[in-house]
Formats: sequence, C-alpha cells, structure tokens
Amino acid sequence: MSLLVTPPEIETPMPSYLESGHTVRSWLLTLDHKRIGLLYMAAITFFFTIAAIAAALMRIELLTPQGDLVTSDMYNRLFTVHGVLMVWFFLIPSIPSALGNFVIPMMIGARDVAFPRLNLFSWYLFMAGGLLALYSILGGGVDTGWTFYTPYSSTYSNSHVMAMAVGVFIAGFSSIATGLNFIVTIHKLRAPGMTWSRLPLFLWSLYATSLILVLATPVLAITLVLITLERVFGVGIFDPKLGGDPLLFQHLFWFYSHPAVYIMILPGMGVVSETMAVFSRKPVFGYRVVAASSLAIAILGFLVWGHHMFVSGQSVYAGVVFSLLSFLVAVPSAIKVFSWTATLYRGQISFETPLIYSLGFIGLFTIGGLTGLFLAALPVDVHVHDTYFVVAHFHYIMVGGMVLAYMGGVHYWWPKISGRLYHEWTARIAAIITFIGFNLTFFPQFVLGYLGMPRRYHMYPEQFQTLNVLSTAGASILGVGYALPLFYLGWSFFYGRKAGPNPWGATGLEWQTASPAPEHNFETTPVVTTGPYAYPEGNDMP
Amino acid sequence: MSDILLEPPPSPFVDAKQHSEANHLGMWVFLATEILFFGGLFSAYTVYRWSTPEAFAQGSGHLEYWIGTVNTAVLLTSSLFVALADLAVKRDDRRWVTLHLAAAWLLGALFLALKAYEYNQKYLDHLVPGPNFDPHGGAPQVQLFMFLYFAMTGLHAVHMLFGLGALLWLLWLNHRGRVSSHRADAVAVVGLYWHFVDCVWIFLYPLLYLVAR
Repeated sequence: MSLLVTPPEIETPMPSYLESGHTVRSWLLTLDHKRIGLLYMAAITFFFTIAAIAAALMRIELLTPQGDLVTSDMYNRLFTVHGVLMVWFFLIPSIPSALGNFVIPMMIGARDVAFPRLNLFSWYLFMAGGLLALYSILGGGVDTGWTFYTPYSSTYSNSHVMAMAVGVFIAGFSSIATGLNFIVTIHKLRAPGMTWSRLPLFLWSLYATSLILVLATPVLAITLVLITLERVFGVGIFDPKLGGDPLLFQHLFWFYSHPAVYIMILPGMGVVSETMAVFSRKPVFGYRVVAASSLAIAILGFLVWGHHMFVSGQSVYAGVVFSLLSFLVAVPSAIKVFSWTATLYRGQISFETPLIYSLGFIGLFTIGGLTGLFLAALPVDVHVHDTYFVVAHFHYIMVGGMVLAYMGGVHYWWPKISGRLYHEWTARIAAIITFIGFNLTFFPQFVLGYLGMPRRYHMYPEQFQTLNVLSTAGASILGVGYALPLFYLGWSFFYGRKAGPNPWGATGLEWQTASPAPEHNFETTPVVTTGPYAYPEGNDMP
Repeated sequence: MSDILLEPPPSPFVDAKQHSEANHLGMWVFLATEILFFGGLFSAYTVYRWSTPEAFAQGSGHLEYWIGTVNTAVLLTSSLFVALADLAVKRDDRRWVTLHLAAAWLLGALFLALKAYEYNQKYLDHLVPGPNFDPHGGAPQVQLFMFLYFAMTGLHAVHMLFGLGALLWLLWLNHRGRVSSHRADAVAVVGLYWHFVDCVWIFLYPLLYLVAR
C-alpha cells in the first residue's frame, strides 16, 4: 500500500450518499446520480451473469467435436442470448451508465447530472428492456444471433424476435437518455475553472461516447421498428419479394453497431488514461492528443460500418473505401497506446490492482486492434470472415479491453463508492487470473479461425479439438477471475478498512471530497486552478 | 435524501441562467437524436426510390395530393402560433399565451384528423401493405412505397401526438401561472420540438406527395 496517504481527519456534517436513506424506496426512487450508478451496477452484474452462463454452456458444448450437450437450435439460442445480453445489457451500459453516472458529476465538481429525473427514468427504461429480453429468453429464446439479420429475424423467424427487439429498442432509449444527460452535464455543469483543457481524459472519452450514443442509437431503434413492423404486418421493406433488399438491413444495423463498438471501448480508454496518470504519478503524455483522439475515434467510427459486409454482395468499390477508412481508425487508437506507454516511462509506478487491469488492457487492446487491421484488409477478411478469428478479435477488444477496463475502474473508484479498501493482494491475484484465463480462452480461437473453423456451429472436425479444449479450460479460469471480485469486494463493502477521501493520492476532484461521497458531492463548490494531472514535479525515478 | 416523490428535487444548477442553457442544449441534443431516428427511414426511402423510380411515382399517384398540401399549410400555421406563444410568454401576456397555444393545438389536431381520413381512404382502396394489398396494376414495389409512406407518416404522427400532449401540458402550466418571462423555458423548448416535427413534414411532403408531379 505504498500509495496510502494518511487521510486528514475531516468532520463530515453532510451524511454520505449511502447513509442518506436505507429503505428500498430510497434507492428505487432516488435522484442521486451515485445511487443510480449503483443501481446500474447491480443490474448489469445480473445480466452479465446470465450471459456468462450462456457462454459457459457453449464452451462446454465445444469440448468435444460432436454436438452432444445441446441441439443446433439450442446452441443458436445460447449464442444469441450471450450476444444480446453482453452487448446491450452489459458492455454498453457498463462504464458509461454505472461508473460514468457515479463519477462524472464529481469529476467536474457538480452536484448531480443535469437532468436527475431523466437519469432515473433511463434506469427504469433499461430494466424494462432487460426484463423483456429475459421474457423472450425464458419463452424459448431467439435464434438470429445478436445481429437480428433479415430474413432470419423476419421471413424465416421462428422464435421470440419481437420481444427481444422491443427490449433492445427500449434499452436503446435508456442509452440515448444517458448520453444526452452526459453531454449537457459536461457542457454546462463544470465547476468554475474546469475548462475544456482541464477536463480529465475519462470525461473526454465519455463525451465522445455520449456523442455516439445519441447519434447512432436512434438508427438502431428505427431499424428494430422496421423489423417489428415486418413481423406484425407480414410485409416489410427488407423483403426481396417486394423488391426490398436484405442488405439494407445490414447497412442500417451496422451504421449503429459499428459505432457501438466504440461505445464499448472509448470509456475503457478513459479509465486507462486516469489510472496511468495516478499510478505512475505523472500527467498523461500528450493530453491534448489523447483527448482529440477520443473524438477522432467517435467520428471515424461512423464511417466504417461497411467493413462488416465485405462478403455480403456490397460493391467492391464501397469495400475498398470502407477498408481504407477502417485502417484510419487505427491511427487515433495507436496514438492512445503510445501515449499511455510514454506516460509510464520514468514514472513512479506502483502496481496497484487498477493499474494491473489497465496494463492488461493495453496489451490485449493492442492485439485486438492489430487483428482488426487484418480484418479491415479485404483479401484477409475474405479468408477469415465468419470464423473464430473474428470472434477472437472482437473479444480481445470487448473483454480484453472493455471488461478489464471496467474491472479496473470499479477497483479504482471502489474506495469512493464504498468508502472502504479491498484486500489488495487478493485483488491483484484476481486481475492476473482474469488476464491468464482470458488469453487462454481467446488466443487459441485466433488459430482456430485462421485454420478455418467457422463461428456459430456447435460441431466441428476432430482436428480442432485440442485448441477448443484449451479455450474451454481458459474459460473456466476466466470464470474464477470474474467470480473472485464479487466475494472480496462484497466483503470489503461491509468490513473493509476505511479508505479515507483519497487513498491513491490522486488529483481528480472526485478525490477531494469524503469517501463514500456526501449526498451532494461537495461541501462547497470546488474551484479548479490546475490541469487534471498536476502531480508534483521532480519525483522521477533515478 | 433526494427522492423523486419529494418536492422540489435539489437542483444541480447554480442559477436560473445555467438551468435554462442546459434545458435548451438538452432539447437540441434530443433533436439531433430525432434526426438520426428519422434518418434511417429517409435512407431506406432514398435507396428504394433510386432503384425503382417508376414504382415510387405510381405509388405517389395514389396519395391525396390536396390533403398533403392542406396539411402542410395547417402545420406551418400551427408552428407560427407556437412561435407567437413564445413571444407572448416573453412579454408576460398570459391570455395570449393561452390563445396561441390553443390555436396551435387545434391546428395540430386538424392535421391528425386529415391524416386519419387519408389513412382510411387508403384502407378502403386496399393500399395498406399486407395480404389485402392491391397494387392497382403497378409494380410490386408500389407496396414498398406504401409501406414507407405509412412508416414515415405514422412515425411523424406519433411525434405529433407527443407534441399535442406537450402543448396541453404547457396550457396547464400557463393556467397555473407557472409560465412567465422568467420561466420561459418550457414553452421555448416544446416550441423547438414542435418546429422540428414541422420540419420533418416539410421533407415528407415533397418526397411522398410530389414525386409524380
């Protein structure tokens, strides 16, 4: 605990947000952004667990080449449940809605988000969408995959597509409300002196994320409306009988869903920027460039959706343009990786748990990003399209990137959330177990995909078994890595050592107030006079 | 404890100016969302009209030209009244706020009534997409046009319904004396929304009604 700073004894006349009410009602009707953040956190943990169970069943099925545990039809439903819940009910709300809600107002020195009622309403929308999705799962599931491609979801649908689509539609409005709230909050509620160039990088990344949430999600919403209309009336604009084009569905879907990939990574990049600065005791290298690269990723992210349709009959010229634009996204992403690495250089590094997760993020995100370049190259994509190579690639981004960053963020802000410390060594070991389990699960899938194993099948030729067994073994280790924090963080919430306001010695505004945070965040409105990472000069390592 | 049932909730704002700016920005961001929401339909329209222009001309010929034109005038006038109500709020003239808002509401309702009449006509002519659709000798893509017509005007009508509800809310606020030059946001922000719905119609009218002309 090299970083433990003795907490100054502060009298707190204002009760903490946890003490300001103990009834169920005080939680379910709260307008406090911190409580709403925790409501989100509880909800996404629940959905994550269901989606993880679906993944576990798939991995167990894939232990043997024969389809012996579940039928093909059941397998289709498993990967759909896994995809839908992980994307819309875990990854997209993970850092923005749970951690972002909790820390954004504190980081800018505000009392709450701009529209607290809308914030609570967005949680109820999220839960309504989630319950509809659960209903469709319990009612027999959906077999389209998370992408709802037509005509699987329209003409030839034989499962609960409607309930699932409406669930995702409603959850989409929850995303829009959250994004809108964040944009207005960051624009209008910054404390005196908190200029744009003093904004912590976590806020820059969430601002970029919010732009995507607000501008991409409505396109998904209208696409799902069109699918639903097609299901209700039996005719639709994606039906080739009428001259409709199923490829149009893919264009509309990926116009949302590719930017959504950046919803699932930009917030993680923000967490990494924060932890790099804190745990190497240095400002983030190239602050302005890192901030600008978040916006660049958000903007370029809107121009690359066509790379999902290289083999779907899209014009080859469109393919070439989308391929080039996809390569461009690598530039701001690489800038971030280099900046983080340069931040560590000659820093006073202490390997606390959040930093371990963030270092894992950098390595895994780099692999995920570089394999993304393989996939953006037209000829390579033709070879590995719809194979496990793609599965491995996006899991390196979404799990290796976002889930690790989310875990890092939860650990980093845990003292502010609970007012207590977790057991540091247990947490470090859990982080390392997660990292090892993750790599063992997904690295073999790159090889499997390159060798030609297609995704979304529950049977495979015998020569693929060794790699599949490795992957399943890795998944069980990963499961341990996910489960451990539930126990030690749960224990710490009630019995952990008191953290004090600023256990990491960090500079952010959220650390200048008590832990757990007071109900209104600050006793008096803070005034900002320095940049976000003003660590004292001259403490370089010799 | 900030509980939603307790009045009033603690404000995150330091002053009224900040609050007002946030309200306006919030509505503008929401309208950006709305543009993309309709944008999906406009893209689909563009793609299919590009590939089958004749069918779209035929489909457009089935629409009631005069209803679309009258409705355009009705909606634009309604928007004018909302703008006048906003001006009346700013000079604290409650009586004219009520009259202007009521006029805007009635014109909005007239728009929907004409729309409902037109939908009924289409139903009687078997022009509603589905098993009973009759292309009247046209290409199968006429049904695609009619699907887009119902989807686009239907989504627009849903927005009108929300707008009419918001106008009623404003009338109630004004009745209770909770609208004034110091608290002008509600009318201004709902006004932005109403004008947006109006703008969408300005695009829908030529795309749907004037294709064949």
